[in-house]
Amino acid sequence: MSTATGYAPHRTLPLRVEIVRQFKRRRTLGMFALLLALPWVLVIAFQIGPQSSGQGQATLRISDLATQSGLNFAAFALSVSASFLLVVAVALFCGDTVASEANWSSLRYLLAAPVPRDRLLRQKLIVALGYSAAAVICLPLMALLAGTLAFGWDDITVPGTGETIPALDVLPRFGIVIGYALVSQLVVAALAFLVSTMTDSPLGAVGGAVGLWIVCSILQAVEALGVLREFLPTFWNNAWLDALAPELDWSGMAKGASVSVTYAAILIAIAFRRFRRKDVVS
Amino acid sequence: MKRVAALVAALVLIGVTTWLVWPSAPEVRGQDQQITVVDGPADDQRVELDTTFFPPPDGGQAPAVLLAHGFGGSKQSVRDQAVRLAQQGYAVLTWSARGFGRSTGQIALNSPDYEVKDVKQLIDWLAKRPEVRLDAPGDPRVGIAGGSYGGAIALLTAAFDQRVDAIVPQITWSDLADALFPNAATTDATATATPTDAATDGGSGAAASGVFKRMWAGIFFGRGASLDVASLLGRGEAAQAGPPTAQQARCGRFLPAICDMYQQVAENGRATPEAIALLRASSPITVANRIKAPTLLIQGQRDSLFPLGHADANAKAIAAAGTPVSLAWFDGGHDGGNGEADWLFDQTAAWFARYLDGEGSGQAAPPVSAFTVTRDGGRDPGTRQRIQLHPEADSYPGLAGTGTSTVELGGPEQNIVNPPGGAPASISTVPGIGGLLGGQNSPGVSIDMPGQGATFESGPLTTPLQLTGSSTVKVKVSGKGEATLFAKLYDVADDTQMPTLPAGLVAPFRVTIPDGVGSAEATVSLPAVDHRFAVGHRLRLVVTTTDMGFATPAESAAYQVSLASSALTVPVVSTLAAAPTGVAWWVWAMPLAAVLIAAVLLATGRTSARPRLRTAPATRVHDVASAGARNAADPGPVAGTSASTADPEPGAGTSANATEPRLVGGVAGVAVEPRLVGGVAEIAAEIATGSGSAGGVAGVAAEPRPVEGAVANGDAGALSPGGVAELTAAEPLPVGGGPAPASPDGVSTSTTGGVNGGPKRTGESGGAEVPLEISGLTKAYRNGELAVDDLSFRVERGQVLGLLGPNGAGKTTTMRMMMGLIQPDAGEIRIFGEPVTPGAPVLSRLGSFVEGPGFLPHLSGHDNIELYWAATGRPREDAHFDEALKIANLGKALERAVRTYSQGMRQRLAIAQAMLGLPDLLVLDEPTNGLDPPQIREMREVLKRYARDGRTVIVSSHMLAEVEQACSHVVVMQRGRLVSTGPVSLLLGSAAPGNGQGPRLEDVFLDLIGEKA
Repeated sequence: MSTATGYAPHRTLPLRVEIVRQFKRRRTLGMFALLLALPWVLVIAFQIGPQSSGQGQATLRISDLATQSGLNFAAFALSVSASFLLVVAVALFCGDTVASEANWSSLRYLLAAPVPRDRLLRQKLIVALGYSAAAVICLPLMALLAGTLAFGWDDITVPGTGETIPALDVLPRFGIVIGYALVSQLVVAALAFLVSTMTDSPLGAVGGAVGLWIVCSILQAVEALGVLREFLPTFWNNAWLDALAPELDWSGMAKGASVSVTYAAILIAIAFRRFRRKDVVS
Repeated sequence: MKRVAALVAALVLIGVTTWLVWPSAPEVRGQDQQITVVDGPADDQRVELDTTFFPPPDGGQAPAVLLAHGFGGSKQSVRDQAVRLAQQGYAVLTWSARGFGRSTGQIALNSPDYEVKDVKQLIDWLAKRPEVRLDAPGDPRVGIAGGSYGGAIALLTAAFDQRVDAIVPQITWSDLADALFPNAATTDATATATPTDAATDGGSGAAASGVFKRMWAGIFFGRGASLDVASLLGRGEAAQAGPPTAQQARCGRFLPAICDMYQQVAENGRATPEAIALLRASSPITVANRIKAPTLLIQGQRDSLFPLGHADANAKAIAAAGTPVSLAWFDGGHDGGNGEADWLFDQTAAWFARYLDGEGSGQAAPPVSAFTVTRDGGRDPGTRQRIQLHPEADSYPGLAGTGTSTVELGGPEQNIVNPPGGAPASISTVPGIGGLLGGQNSPGVSIDMPGQGATFESGPLTTPLQLTGSSTVKVKVSGKGEATLFAKLYDVADDTQMPTLPAGLVAPFRVTIPDGVGSAEATVSLPAVDHRFAVGHRLRLVVTTTDMGFATPAESAAYQVSLASSALTVPVVSTLAAAPTGVAWWVWAMPLAAVLIAAVLLATGRTSARPRLRTAPATRVHDVASAGARNAADPGPVAGTSASTADPEPGAGTSANATEPRLVGGVAGVAVEPRLVGGVAEIAAEIATGSGSAGGVAGVAAEPRPVEGAVANGDAGALSPGGVAELTAAEPLPVGGGPAPASPDGVSTSTTGGVNGGPKRTGESGGAEVPLEISGLTKAYRNGELAVDDLSFRVERGQVLGLLGPNGAGKTTTMRMMMGLIQPDAGEIRIFGEPVTPGAPVLSRLGSFVEGPGFLPHLSGHDNIELYWAATGRPREDAHFDEALKIANLGKALERAVRTYSQGMRQRLAIAQAMLGLPDLLVLDEPTNGLDPPQIREMREVLKRYARDGRTVIVSSHMLAEVEQACSHVVVMQRGRLVSTGPVSLLLGSAAPGNGQGPRLEDVFLDLIGEKA
């Protein structure tokens, strides 16, 4: 085997290097800044907005319960961001990763270094998923912190029925919520990643993934599709609400995770397959 | 594009095929006919029933289903249902009941003497149809389904005709007297039995003291009365029939006896014994114990006309006879609600499948639970629309539930008055339009008039309370005479929201206060509902004196109402659980399948490590030879010679020195291994000296590591004719077909013979010492045009090779293929003997700069270089950052973000990046672009120096003067093909000296590519 001294394919593009390469980007820092600032913006909005009429149980919508406790606030923050903001964040981290390298032309030098193509994708996918996970996790955690500071630490009041669950009991549930949010975003990640390997335009990759997401969201509103809608990747997006119900109900989340993993596995496999054979001309 | 088109075409084909093959619902055709029946107490009245028969679409004999319509409807109202049932394979008969639609006769309220006799004759008719399966001669396999009026006829017919095999009565009554004159109280003072008990006793009991359900009764009878003959006959016939008579206007199509009865009770607001007897005759409850047909009772939760208690009474009576009974409380009824048409149809179909189809297909039908309740399932995750859940229980617990929960109510004794004339009245449900007022999902408007109601309230609930059935409470009423009261149980969320009255139902009751006692206690059964009281909500019992839907006394009265017992007994059904759906199979199957598919996708998509196409070396040599033989006086013979000498065995024999290259190749291959260098270098040197060829020494010297001494030695050799000789030697064509067979240096001649036969012979690979060998390389653009066309050349150690060609000659494409970025369509590239594939490890010995720099703009130049090297995964000390950065010569700018760099700075940084780790083969594409003259000069020296150290440089450039000065060898390409190759000096030498001065490369180049004038 004729290689340069010290070269070994399995040592190329270490995760640490890819993390540093991505971290210093304005896009990354900006997205994290936004995610970390959002809970505080919400807190301020709740503080300066007109106070509810003092009736503790005026209504039992998740938004009305947000100021009940830090946990309630975190649940609210997650519910308002899961449908779009986190989607954009995940699409950004996963859609940008390969396409931006192609855009900067640095992709060809990495490939000629050589970083084996499968390894390049693998490392980039791991790092992108890592950043996505950090984004999904940091928002509710910051919301929990902000909410606790602003509204106090208290038991969670369940939306809909108004029951309370002790705070300590609900913390593991919160872990489930975040875990499910992560899994359900896997589709977005995989889709953005696939588009990323196909285009040189980072915004195209992000926009493509978000666009398809929007189409799915629209389609799932078409009730005529009946049971088919259950197989849309967006359909189970809010199933994590079941984890905050008094009776933990796994069925929706199981279906959602199943659909998500299914799409993600196939999309990622296609991404690897395509990229492996692709002529890199950027 | 073609692939996309093919994919689309394939998908369209699959879609169309699926659409064609997909089993469509069979077409159902209805046959209209009049069936004449004879009925009446004396069997003397002929009635023409307007019917439609839907034969089973599959042919053959099928079970039959009689589909009855509701009050005021006709056979047309159930046509859609009939078609759906027929599509399920049943023979379906719909008919307009007597007095409705185009059927003749008068409405007798499902009387056993009239309507029941009619339906029995319809069953006779079915028994004669060839399409209907028979249990016995004259006994068809038949089920009856219908809602409201149609549900009652199903029950009554099943009671009077044992040929009926299954029935699905919906939202119908058990006791019409009780429906119109309900009384929810069991007064201790009067000691009356519960309404249902009274009904089964056949006595006039509760109904006699019941409160007249004025509005519903009015609508019910009014609908029949408005069905005058004329309106149903169409305009033309109506004109002939003339204006309705007084009797017709008064009673419409009702049987006069019923008409009279209704008018009497409506005027009095009290049930007369005759009226009760008449209504009871039309009530299934009196004959329910005769029903042997398995019965699925579907009752609406939003039904103030026939509330859930009616289904309860029917179920108990039928089950008492040992007949299978199931109950479903769905979200609907006479007051609106969702209706759940599809679910009801599915339940009906499942029931008939089980009891009509027989053992075979009946077993496959989904089982219908003994008790199913529709509950709000929250919102659909996708549409946020309300969805229904259908929890089931294995047995029907009755209205008292499987258990009870006691809620403490509180409140003092309160004074309430009945306003004179009974107005204004409280509102609970507006019959028939309750759904309109409240919308589909809210319980509707419920208003209590001030001063008319006594309120008793519980504290906030600490746990949710699911009420399923009829709660009971004991109240004490003080006053005089007979009190007509209404009890309702509200769900109170808080002070800001209107309390909700579940299903909009009230329990009317009458308490007779015995004279002299002054008060009476009564146990009131509140309306049967299924309702969830959330945590924090309170239960509020309100007892009012009026309700708009009922007839109340006109004279004013005052009562004191208090709780006889503070306990409200709430029935709960613990066995009701959502249908055990389990985990849908696809939840686990789909990800598994996806992972499998993913694995297949990855496994089949793996690129082979070997190049896809290999042509025979000999022919390729031949081709190249002829391509290269541009100016040869006699290219044919020479090419022929080279081709023939390319034959392995003879080649070795004909040349005395034929073994030389092979040896050199082999040794150099070993010598590349750094550790072995010391020992092998000697041998190599020995062999080299023995052969008298400088090529061998160059080969060893090219090893970067071995010894500085060797490099120094090779210094002369690298650019010396010896090196040239090796190129010529390795490349059969220039020598064989070249214009100057006798090299001026005279060194190469000795190797010529051997090399001609040699290169391809030395074991396929040109030998690990050959930095670059391209053979038969071909790459087509997407449109099929060839970017690189059968390109072959070879570069030796120590050379600075200029890759020349006009724009579009395929230079960059070739370089991309060298980097493994593009896969060739044919041919192969070998770097140090290793074939180039995407990410081939040998690329680590290649430094490249192709088509401009590629940096992360947000990072500094320094970080970029550092991170790039880190990405190669090689030891930091191998990078030689200092040397590389010296070439970049960026100074302090190195710490700035790359996005602030000028073109030239990026260019230099990129060349520095390419030189990181001092690769053995350096490929630079237009390296001098964007550099100023001093930098260009500097760059030229750098490249020369770089190659002098035994490494190899390939430079593409348009600047021919540059190439002339910097390069030792050139490869000229045009339109993807090799035009010429060889040492610069040879090229120049071959050219005709132009205008006095020495030949310039520019002239040669233009000449070569045929651009010269």
